[in-house]
Amino acid sequence: MTDAIAVSGLVKTFGSTRALNGLDLTVRAGEVHGFLGPNGAGKTTTIRILLGLLRSDGGTASLLGGDPWRDTAALHRRLAYVPGDVTLWPNLTGGEIIDLLGRLRGGLDPKRRADLLERFELDPRKRGRTYSKGNRQKVALVAALASDVELLLLDEPTSGLDPLMEEVFRQVILADQRDNGRTVLLSSHILAEVEALCDRVTIIRDGQAVETGTLAEMRHLTRTSIQAQLTRPATGLAGLPGVHDLRSHNGHVSFDVDTAELSTVLRQLTEAGVRSLVSQPPTLEELFLRHYGNATAPAAEKTAPDETAQEKVSQ
Amino acid sequence: MTGTRSLLRLVLRLDRVWLTVWVLVIALTPVATAASYKKTYPTPESLRGVSDVISNASLVALNGPLFRATLGGLTAWKIGITELILVALMSLLTVVRHTRNEEETGRLELLGSGVVGRYAPLTAALLAVCLANVALVVLIALFLVGVGFPAAGSLALGLSIGLTGVLFAGVGALAAQLTQNARSANGIAIAVLGVAYLLRAVGDTGPIWLTWLSPVGWALRMRPYAGERWWAAVLIVALAVLLTAVAYQLVGRRDIDAGLLPQRPGPAVAAPGLRSPFGLAWRLQRGTLLAWVVAMVLSGAVMGGAANGIAHFNASAQVSDLLARLGGRKVLVDSYLAAVFGIIGLVAACYTVQVTLRLRAEEAAGRLEPLLATRVGRIRWAASHLVFALLGTAVLLLVAGLGAGLAYGAQAHDLGHQVPRLLGAAMVQLPAAWVLAGFGVALFGLVPRLAALAWAGLIACAVLLELGVLLGLSHWVVDASPFAHVPKLPGSAFTAMPLVWLTAIAAVLLGAGLVGFRRRGITSG
Repeated sequence: MTDAIAVSGLVKTFGSTRALNGLDLTVRAGEVHGFLGPNGAGKTTTIRILLGLLRSDGGTASLLGGDPWRDTAALHRRLAYVPGDVTLWPNLTGGEIIDLLGRLRGGLDPKRRADLLERFELDPRKRGRTYSKGNRQKVALVAALASDVELLLLDEPTSGLDPLMEEVFRQVILADQRDNGRTVLLSSHILAEVEALCDRVTIIRDGQAVETGTLAEMRHLTRTSIQAQLTRPATGLAGLPGVHDLRSHNGHVSFDVDTAELSTVLRQLTEAGVRSLVSQPPTLEELFLRHYGNATAPAAEKTAPDETAQEKVSQ
Repeated sequence: MTGTRSLLRLVLRLDRVWLTVWVLVIALTPVATAASYKKTYPTPESLRGVSDVISNASLVALNGPLFRATLGGLTAWKIGITELILVALMSLLTVVRHTRNEEETGRLELLGSGVVGRYAPLTAALLAVCLANVALVVLIALFLVGVGFPAAGSLALGLSIGLTGVLFAGVGALAAQLTQNARSANGIAIAVLGVAYLLRAVGDTGPIWLTWLSPVGWALRMRPYAGERWWAAVLIVALAVLLTAVAYQLVGRRDIDAGLLPQRPGPAVAAPGLRSPFGLAWRLQRGTLLAWVVAMVLSGAVMGGAANGIAHFNASAQVSDLLARLGGRKVLVDSYLAAVFGIIGLVAACYTVQVTLRLRAEEAAGRLEPLLATRVGRIRWAASHLVFALLGTAVLLLVAGLGAGLAYGAQAHDLGHQVPRLLGAAMVQLPAAWVLAGFGVALFGLVPRLAALAWAGLIACAVLLELGVLLGLSHWVVDASPFAHVPKLPGSAFTAMPLVWLTAIAAVLLGAGLVGFRRRGITSG
């Protein structure tokens, strides 16, 4: 299986700001790849380079086996793009814009178009200027999803959609994945969306990929939070590796533990006698917060992300 | 009305450049004209010949009647209509900009959630425009008194302009309540201005009661420097108050974002032709092109029609003598027509620049990005709009020349000869307009954020054409304008070489711009 997108060491600067700082990103053919990061992390810049709208200042990027800057027209026949902030031509109706974009990409499936319009409850006869933000987003989504292409580049596609429509979007992507097996690069900062849809995830911060892998792999790197009522005071818990944010009060302890160290820590707890135990599995959100919680920390911190947390414990 | 004061400050802050430029242009035009007429017509006798020419029907339709052949009367006649149109545009555009446009973009909603009354945005916009118009009345009157014109007439001229501004602020306020989008609101208000102008044009040359249906007619009938009629001002004020009152009534009744005119649904599927960048460009540009074609045919016809009047006015013996020495009436007509086509060339270039800058507008609005994410290449997309900039301008010049040729030829009973002659006079302007298109594309490709400077290029051409020789500027400066190299047809000898050069320069600029565009990143906002 080949990679649909292979980016390595990508650099892009705008004046004095370095939007991308050696970004690596690999999207395998046929997978839904989550591209996570807060606003300004460089998600949109990456996608624009992949679309040949911007020229990179360093590193390499390949898209569907081609060079995004040189082979633009040939590559674009095979992909569809939904921008994060959709602007439409004020005088054209939604239906006209969907057809136009579809035809310019190289074909639209009319049955699918009708089906998507119905599922997203979009009126295609309204003029571009009269659509709300969410409806403009739907126009771009229908145009992309109804197109006959092998790669979808979606830049925060659900921004402006209501929760019901977000759910429709998820179902549509899952069904599309089942039926067509298209490759999707889904940039987002909505973690639930990424958890629901994506096979693999890349988390970026300050123009660099700080984490990449499957969700299962990532969960392994994350922490489980534990709350327990103990019969005896648990001595030695604080000294165990992988225990963070320990708080203890009247035999009640709460802490986070690295998932890899879970069994050692549980053994220690059992020895102290467990009256009750609540454990919460790690969420992507925690992982995310761990990377962005202190966004001002220098980039070197990513090699030892636990240091700050450990300092807190020792205080 | 709560919050009006802070909103007014916001409006004035946002529009400090926009309003200042409008006010200065409108306030300086009369005094500049007055000063130049004082030089051209130093004695009352020299003015007499002029009034013979101006009683020609085409000129009356264009500018209204000349009420009195004095310096003041002539100045008021020359600038009256232009000033009224400018002040009306300033006022209605500003009001719509701060009411319907703010509402459409959602900014008003943000403001409206603060401590801002329902009527405050409209009130603030109207107050700002009224302030600008008061400034106009004062400035125009003071400037004209300053060059030695009678005070009463100067005040009447200032008032006729300022009050018309207030009236069209009311028109804009009302139009802004009718539609859901600013473009249509501007369209409605400008259409009202157009109808007012036409009623007056027809009324002044025929059934005079039509003029009295038009607010533009009332403003001219204040007769500055020709036995002022102050009561005509009352008519203007009364209508302005009425329109504004209706607009306020409508604000009180409707929801935010809603308009009174229903939105018609459009087609649910695209027409078969909408499948290429050119198909899209045609959809986006056709309305503008059609409106320009109509305007250019009419302007050509009116200006061409006026030429015959110049050939047949009853000149005094003295003037006839002078004419004979200059080479006869034919020379006079030709130099008039050559001047007219110089202006028509510049006006057509407004379209050229407008359409060329559409490239940047589409990019900045973020509408280019999704297109380039399809298999549409950059050059193909740019070409789809540039076809309109280059060939659209050719069409405009063609129809203007045709209109002038038919109107003049029909009156002179010389269609077969005049139509091709005037078509040629119009078409020689084309390479000069193309240079401006090239300039615009070069800016767009190389320094996209400064693309709007293409307008500065056009304004520079207009200033050099009108004032270059008058200001005694060096040949080098005047020659910087591409229009300075266009053969002055009809009348002068036709030379192809400058046209070849202009076309070559346009092509080089265009090429440089497109190469730059292909190499640079796409930026929005």
